[in-house]
Amino acid sequence: MNASTQPTLEISELTVGYGGHFDAVRQVSLSVQPGELCGLVGESGSGKTTLALAVMGYLPKGGQVRAGQIRLSGRPLIGLGSGELRQLWGRELSMVPQDALGALNPTMRVGRQLIEAHGSRPSAQAQRDGVRLVQAVGIADAERVFQQYPHQLSGGMLERIVIAMALSQEPSLLILDEPTSGLDSTTEVVIQDLIQEMMHTRRTAALYISHSMGALAKFADRVAVLYAGELVEQGPKFELFERPLHPYTQGLLDSVPRLGESKRNITLRAIQGRIPAPERLPPACVFEPRCPIAQEICRQQRPPLEQVQGGRQVRCHRWAEIQAGTVDPRQEAPVVPAVHPDSSAPALQVEQLSVRYPVGGRSVRLGRRLELPALDTVSLAIGRGETYGLVGESGSGKTSLARAVIGLVEPRDGTIRLHGAELARRLTRRSRSTLRQLQMVFQHPEQALNPYLTIAESLARPLIRLAGRSRPDADQEAARLLVAVGLPPEYGRRYPEQLSGGEQQRVAIARAFAALPELVLCDEPVSSLDVSVQATILNLLTQLQIEHRTSMLFISHDLAVVGYLADEIGVLYLGRLMQSSPASQLFEPPYHPYTEALLSAIPLLDPRASQEQVRLEGELPSLAAPPSGCPFHTRCPRYLGQICVEQEPPWQEDQHGNRIFCHIPLAELRQSQARVFRMRDREP
Amino acid sequence: MAILSRLYQRPASALGTSLVALFLLLALLGPWIAPYQLNQQIALDARQPPSAAHWLGSDHLGRDVFSRVVLGAREILLLAGLGTGLSVAVGTSLGLLSGYLGGLIDEGLMRLFDSLLAIPALLLALLLLGSVGPSDYSVLLVLLVVYTPIVARVVRSVVLSTKAKSFVSVARLQGESLPRILYREILPSVLPALTVETALRFSYAIFLVASLGFLGVGVQPPNPNWGLMVSEGRQFAVQTPWAIYAPAAAISALVIGVNLMADGLRRAIQAPA
Repeated sequence: MNASTQPTLEISELTVGYGGHFDAVRQVSLSVQPGELCGLVGESGSGKTTLALAVMGYLPKGGQVRAGQIRLSGRPLIGLGSGELRQLWGRELSMVPQDALGALNPTMRVGRQLIEAHGSRPSAQAQRDGVRLVQAVGIADAERVFQQYPHQLSGGMLERIVIAMALSQEPSLLILDEPTSGLDSTTEVVIQDLIQEMMHTRRTAALYISHSMGALAKFADRVAVLYAGELVEQGPKFELFERPLHPYTQGLLDSVPRLGESKRNITLRAIQGRIPAPERLPPACVFEPRCPIAQEICRQQRPPLEQVQGGRQVRCHRWAEIQAGTVDPRQEAPVVPAVHPDSSAPALQVEQLSVRYPVGGRSVRLGRRLELPALDTVSLAIGRGETYGLVGESGSGKTSLARAVIGLVEPRDGTIRLHGAELARRLTRRSRSTLRQLQMVFQHPEQALNPYLTIAESLARPLIRLAGRSRPDADQEAARLLVAVGLPPEYGRRYPEQLSGGEQQRVAIARAFAALPELVLCDEPVSSLDVSVQATILNLLTQLQIEHRTSMLFISHDLAVVGYLADEIGVLYLGRLMQSSPASQLFEPPYHPYTEALLSAIPLLDPRASQEQVRLEGELPSLAAPPSGCPFHTRCPRYLGQICVEQEPPWQEDQHGNRIFCHIPLAELRQSQARVFRMRDREP
Repeated sequence: MAILSRLYQRPASALGTSLVALFLLLALLGPWIAPYQLNQQIALDARQPPSAAHWLGSDHLGRDVFSRVVLGAREILLLAGLGTGLSVAVGTSLGLLSGYLGGLIDEGLMRLFDSLLAIPALLLALLLLGSVGPSDYSVLLVLLVVYTPIVARVVRSVVLSTKAKSFVSVARLQGESLPRILYREILPSVLPALTVETALRFSYAIFLVASLGFLGVGVQPPNPNWGLMVSEGRQFAVQTPWAIYAPAAAISALVIGVNLMADGLRRAIQAPA
């Protein structure tokens, strides 16, 4: 074999198991060419990380390679001793872990760690090399960063450092394990740009692990789909995204909304069921229990991994039919009726709401307290049956707004009206009927249910307390509620830990809707769930909302999800509202410059979609010292000049219902802005 | 039940649990096990070394040491148990309240407890007993004052992490009453830590009750308090060493037993199910 065609990484028939019981990865073959970026996608439990650790030769205790071989530039890795592996780590083979903060030593200055990773002793020369490395990953004041400890740096900064460390010895293969999963989307794209650029200039081969297809659509060359430890499909990005051959790949693409899609014209197709546990795998095709087009043969014979022309591979009995278009591998779409929100009489009106948190936490304090303005003079209105989507990055005040409305934090200023009646700021001052009218769905379903109460008890409480039902009556209703959210009534006897995350969230939603509230606040209800489950939750929320004409405040960092669900969308930045627009208008110019940056940072599910490259410079300012004038002026790509620093911008409105908080006249914005993204429509 | 079987998986915890069980049995069945009455004096048998008649010998007053140690088990377990129970009950409630409400109540309670904890336990006990006079009830009061702050702090720290979870917010949004939120929503999450802490407090309580008896400021003669027995036997250490060794050994065995069991409990509760 000549050197130029030899793959950097070649995994053949790899099987990895834990203990004596089951195999987490089975017969996976995969190769990555020099300079190629191969994406590896699958939901949690699919074996992505196990595969990555096996390649690194760093399996956790109990894990072992049972069969197969891994070659790095032709050299077999299986069977190498720990000493030989240590020789390879950093030089030939490097990994960027999921949690950058956890990967760095908190007691050591970043610079020293970098020099150590570089494999040199601390010296003036090493210092200069290190600074150059840090500059290469786009950190301007490298000298200063070098002297800091990990906790003093932001998530984006830490990620850059970790990438610089991984690349410091110019390895031939880089493994990235969800490197951007904890970052805000505007930071995420900057890091992704960086990775792409570094790979390109050094011709490093990379295996990029992700749970979402969106991130891979943009910059992977090839994508491999892993399901329950098996490679179910792989191929070049464009072909795979445009015509997936495996029903699971299709399901992953269909279960999340694309940017610009709305619940009015598209129903999401959830993948039914859940990923099997490795000790209880289906006997033949692993995807068969969740597959909409499973046949008898799928239950009896394990499908072989077949080669398809164009360098693709697929493990499905019916791929040829899917390719020919004679069978539709898409999940059945539930029928969700159309929505007609009534915005004439607002259900909720929030005016000039401000929330401040004392810094330090202690209650007794002498002298003036330092306070963080988490939310500053935000006004919005939600019509009856309407969904108001709130987007913004971490620290933007989304959650503070919801918690102030519902009464979990006391706002400093402003008024909250529900159907015209002003609400008490304190929860304890609110009457029981007010409590009934407002309910909330939280981000982490595993925390939202009391682990020591049965599901039925959790569901019965709001009925007894808020709807005034008797105990036996409430128990019956609890069973009915379970059915309404698509769970068997027997689940009432279970405890939360016996349910999956998606099921827990369904129970939490059932509980929120139990006492028929007027307004439900949803704080990132799908962000901690696997993509295959998200669609179910979003469909469920839509369905319940229509059934009860409930108004909804939906908070998310994911613009595609908010755009899908919401009728009206507000964009928050540093506790201030920047733009509020009808959902159909938000994706069209004029945009607030910050919205423009957000939209250009969204991962699109379409590799051929065009997207403007708007990148935000610098770091998110601290809430303790918010910028004067326009809060966005420190990072604004359309910064005008002194006026942005000195004067607070006006609220500008246009005839489409856009309200934008900016000095630049709307007509000018509209003229200078193109549509940030364009993508092809989903096939009906 | 599952926890009990897990306790018996480790030899050390099994030993501890067995020791505690043995003493509990003695406490329950003492009068039927002890061959002599509690204060029965047999003048002729005074200062006898261990023999068939007196398994652990007799003391300077001719009382059977074995019987007194057996009957003393009920005495010490009852007093230490009641004291632990009281301080756990009060400490748990205060810890729940303090951690959940926060603010001034929390601040006030915690500073009060800090100042109590700043004084060494035995010193605090002597101070208290000096002011209320020695009796069974005073010993209970001492245990209450000494251990409530410790229990309250342990409970409070768990409450602080539990109340940040959204199920507590949900309970508030459902208009649940304060007692319901404290005892029904939050307390179950505190129980694992509280169980271990209770066992630990119990072992310290036994020690403290015995120490106070030994110092002569706690329960008074002729009570069969093991500490008191050691103290009484001290004057005759040369003639009747068994009258010291037997109650001292009983104290050690029980304290070690409870400690081993507490350690086992901690492991059993923390271990994945």
